[in-house]
Formats: sequence, structure tokens, C-alpha cells
Amino acid sequence: MMMLGLGSVGLVLLSLAVQSGHGAQDSAVWSREETTERNYYTRYHNMSEITAWMEQMKRENPDVVSSMVYGQTYERRNITLLKIGLSSTGRKKAIWMDCGIHAREWIAPAFCQYFVREILRTYKTDTKVNEMMKNLDFYITPVLNVDGYIYSWHNESTRLWRKSRSPGTGGCTCYGTDLNRNFYANWGMVGVSTDCCFETYCGTKALSESEAWAVTDMLGKMREDILAFLTIHSYGQLILVPYGHPNISAPNYDELMEVGLGAAKAIKAVHGMDYTVGTSPDVLYANSGSSRDFARLIGIPLSFTFELRDKGEHGFELPEDQIQPTCEEAYAGAQHIITYTHDKAFYSYAATVRATLWTTLLAAWVSSATLP
Amino acid sequence: MPIYTQLAFLRTTQSSLALVFCSQILVWSMGWTLFILLVVLTVVHGNPTMTVRTGSGPTVGFDQHPNSVPLGEDIQTTTEGESEVVEEVMTTGVLNPSHYPARRAATVVQHYLNTRYGSPYRWIFFSTVHSGSSEDVAEMGRKYQLELTVQEMISNVSGQCSAELFFPEGEGQSAPQVQASCEGLHQSNTTAQEEAFYQQHRASNNLVSGNNIPDSYGHVEPSMKPFWQLGGVASSFIMLRESNESTLYNMAQVANFTQLETEKDQLRFNYHVLLHEMISQEIIHWKLLVTWSPEQGVQVLQTELQPKCHHCEAPPNTTN
Repeated sequence: MMMLGLGSVGLVLLSLAVQSGHGAQDSAVWSREETTERNYYTRYHNMSEITAWMEQMKRENPDVVSSMVYGQTYERRNITLLKIGLSSTGRKKAIWMDCGIHAREWIAPAFCQYFVREILRTYKTDTKVNEMMKNLDFYITPVLNVDGYIYSWHNESTRLWRKSRSPGTGGCTCYGTDLNRNFYANWGMVGVSTDCCFETYCGTKALSESEAWAVTDMLGKMREDILAFLTIHSYGQLILVPYGHPNISAPNYDELMEVGLGAAKAIKAVHGMDYTVGTSPDVLYANSGSSRDFARLIGIPLSFTFELRDKGEHGFELPEDQIQPTCEEAYAGAQHIITYTHDKAFYSYAATVRATLWTTLLAAWVSSATLP
Repeated sequence: MPIYTQLAFLRTTQSSLALVFCSQILVWSMGWTLFILLVVLTVVHGNPTMTVRTGSGPTVGFDQHPNSVPLGEDIQTTTEGESEVVEEVMTTGVLNPSHYPARRAATVVQHYLNTRYGSPYRWIFFSTVHSGSSEDVAEMGRKYQLELTVQEMISNVSGQCSAELFFPEGEGQSAPQVQASCEGLHQSNTTAQEEAFYQQHRASNNLVSGNNIPDSYGHVEPSMKPFWQLGGVASSFIMLRESNESTLYNMAQVANFTQLETEKDQLRFNYHVLLHEMISQEIIHWKLLVTWSPEQGVQVLQTELQPKCHHCEAPPNTTN
């Protein structure tokens, strides 16, 4: 009797350890073969380089990486995401990340590239990353505003372009709509301009821009499955939570703040940088029509805007020698949010009890089989 | 360890121990029942359940009008030029150091400190606001008081500052008025560097010029750094003058600068700078006539706002 009890307890505890074991976080130990690869992630890359890189990621990791063209820009270019995750037979939950909605924020696409490389580099050896890759699919768009990004690479005078590249209408001769004011989330209400020559021009109507429409369409199709939505920007060192309208609070504001503050703490632990957390109207400015707000509005519970380095010294033109440290800290912040999201979904009480029952019954079956 | 994993551990340990003892009895009497349970669990063990999203917010089909809250009475929409800016009623009383009123005011203090103490080798940025308060001054404007830490970017020395600001309101808005006293900043001794730089460029036989600092990749040539820093300090004069409670300025780039003949022992430069105004997200072009010497400090003699170039926006003939 005693032996059976001990044996069963032992099996149960073993199952617990396996189930929730945290792999030791891989520290960045670089082998010599990776040196060239390392240099790649410390430089900015133009759109054709990023496109080639996406192909390379698919080629080198065919069992976990696929790509999806989910829309077209104004200038008829593909908007492409990488879908990363260990394949499963069932429908999987998802994490959404997009970068480069504003063309001049070059550190953002650099971070998306870094993030992809990092999860691909560690998922085989890091238990936690492996578990998340099993249970989740990551949908990552390295450059959302493809036209604008390409334009910002054209020459020095176009470097600070922000918006899309659609032409103005109705006698307004300037170009571009602010994609992050164009979503169907209190569109046009606050923090926007109605003049197409201005940087926060919200468009002729919500979703006038095909880029915003592409994201809206994807999120709409996937909304039951998306656990967290991260949109990456610069600069300012902020983590912004919904909503951009000062009079509207997200119902899970407390949770968003708690998780956001946890992410900021994780960021600070890497290189000592302070990131301020709050709603946009509290810590920055009121705005409407943002993708973050839209994601929260359609029910994605955890929706954040990251504003990466710096705080104004270089601004949009962050030096390349800051790409790596910025990406390292942002990765820690993003992982905090993703881990929280994952554990909340997959360590629910029901899932744990089921696993325990299963293991206990297995133990009982084993013991009944071994008894004379 | 996230809270959910901790909970998982606790609940699992308790329930598993209870289950172990119950199962001992079951094994002996209900072998077949167990077998059926095992089969059922295998079938059921599909996707893990989601915790219920409590209050997932207004559910909006994006083919319907999103749930919008009518603007409350305390929000006024004003039109500044072509752009609509919502001015909210600013809090009076104690300020939250991480909220925008304190951060905008701190940036104004930063601009002020640069106009007073900045040089090609001294460029100040604010790091943190510790505390602050603001107070309406009836029909005149708003007064702020701040305690903040600032950092000199070249030497990395930080200073603790107490500042008072006054933002006047009304027609023909004038510049904010700032007073600040800082401890610790004087630790950065720049005299030797400034003197060397001054002597190097004082003779007019080799006038310097440069452009796109930083460049698109954020790079600043070491020889250009003092000119970049000087541009930042000179820009502070404009940024200070143009600031109000609805703006947040940084210098985005020195588009170009040209050294002119030294006059009255002052180095002289024409600068074309790009300022980034965060709330409107606009890039604003200014031309400045700047002088500097170690003795006189930075002075801005002329400023000229450059109009936005709308025709410059037309698509280039590139295919990609």
C-alpha cells in the first residue's frame, strides 16, 4: 500500500516538473559560425533585403516558418507576414506582432527581424520557448508600411517619412495617410489631422488605406485565436496600453498595466533603460484610429504599443550600434507579455486538473498491473 | 514565475495528493470504470481551455460603427491652423511624474538649460521627473514646479534640478518662462575641449561644413559630433520659444551647417535643422544664424522658419 502511494506521488510530481519546467534562458553565446549572422542583426536593412531574409528564414526552418501575403499596399506591393510555430493538427492560439507601420521608425523592423531570429535560435533548446512554439503561432509582419519604408530609404531627404504613400484627394496635393490613425477605432475623433499634408492625417475615412484594411481583415479572421497584439514603434521608450481616447478605458486596464509594468521591469533589467507605461492619453497624447485600439476593441485582451529607443537624442535615426541592445531589451519586454499570455491560456485550472487526473490514473493502472 | 504557473503548482499538488488516495480504492473495485475514463480523456484532451475573457470590451463588428463615447464636456477641440488638436483640461495640483504634463514641462526645462549652459561639448537631456505640481494663474496661464534629473550626454554626468515654469496663455502666445537651478552638472569640465575646438576653428582659412547629421543610419562622424551638439543646443533656443503645454520638441537632425567667417571672436554658422514635434508628429525646418565662443556661449542671432515642401513629396521614379 505504502509503496503504491509513494510511487504514484512520485509519478505525479515528475509530471508536474515536466509540465511546467522553465528552460534556463539561453544567454547569447555566439559561436564563430554565427559571427556574420550576428553582424546582420546589428544593421538596418532595406525592403529587398528584408524580403530576401524572410525567404531565408523559411528555407532554413521549413518545419516551423511559413509566410503569408495578406494584403497589398497602395503601390501594389505585397504585405507579408511570417507564421512561426511548431505545426499541430488542431487550431492554435496566436500572437500578433507588426513592425514598421510608420516608415521612419527603422528600429522597429530591425526588432521584428531580431525577434524572429531569436525564437528560431532558441526554440530547440529553451524549454519555455519550445513550449510556446508548440502551443502558439507567432504572426510577425516585419514591415507593414512597405511603400513608406521603401520611400524612407530613397535618399536622405525622404528619411523622415511617416505615412503611407497614397496620394491626397479632393484638391489636397500632399501624399500619405497616417496608418496608425486609419483604423476603425474611434476613427477621426482625437489626435488627428483632417489635412492630407499633415503627419497625423487620418484618411478620407476609416480603412481608406489598403495596409490598414489588410491588418483589419487578418485580425478579423483570427480574432478568436489571438491572445496578444504587439505593434512596434519608435521613439520615446514607452509601453502604451489602450485606449487612445481619454474618455474610454479598457475593461482590463488593471491587467494591461500590470503586464505592461512587468514588461518595463524586464526591459530595465537588461540594460537599465526606463520605459514608461500607461495609456497614450496619460503618458504621451490622445489619439484615435490606432491598430492597438482596434485590436483591443475586437476583443484581443492584451494589446500594446512599444515605443523603442531613444528619448530624443537621435530620435528616429537611432545609431546602428544601439540596434542590438535595443532589441535585447525589447525582446525581454515582449517575452514577458507573451509568457504571461501563454501561461494564462495554457495553465488554466481545467487543463492542469485534466493532466493530473491523467497521470494519476496512469500511475494507478501501472501499479495495478504490477501487483500480484 | 508568473502567477498562473504558481497557482497551477499549488492547485495541482493539493488535488493530486487527494486524488492519489482516492485512486487506491478505485483501482481495486472499479477497474473497468478507470479504463473508460482513460479513453474519454484521450478523446477530450484537445485544445486547452481558455480562461474566460471577462468583459472583453464592446464587441465591434468592423462593418458597424464602433462603439464610441461622445466627447465629454471637459474636452475642447481647438483648431490650430489646419490641424485639430484636442486640448484637455490640464490637471492642477500634484503631477504624476510619468504623465505627459510633467514630461512636457521637463522637456521645456531641458531646452532652457541648453540655452543657458549648452555648448559644442555640453548637451543636456532630462532623464526623470521625480515630482511636480502645477497651478492655474487666473487668466494668465499655468505655473509648474518640477524636481527632475537631467543628464549631460557627452560626459554622462547627471544633475538634480529644481525648476519653475510659467506657460502664458492667450492671444499671441509668448514663450514659456523658466527658472531652474541644478546641482551636479558643473562636474562636467569641458573647458579644455571647448578651448581646443575654438582655437582649431577660429582661423577662417578652413571653414567647415556638413550635412545629414546624424545620417540615415544614425551615424555621426566623430569630427562632426561637436557641430551636431552645437546644432542641438542652438535648436533649443527655438524649441524653448515655440514650446507650450501641447508640444514636445526634439531636434531630429542637422540637415546641413556651414561655417562663416569668424566675427568679433565668435565662431559663426548657418544651420538648417529639422525639429520633430511629437504631438503633431511634424518635422519642422528652421534656419539659424548661430555664434559661439567659450566665453560668450551659444547665441542664436536669427531664426527663419522654412515652409514645408509639398511638391517634394511626389513619388520618385523608383521601382522596387
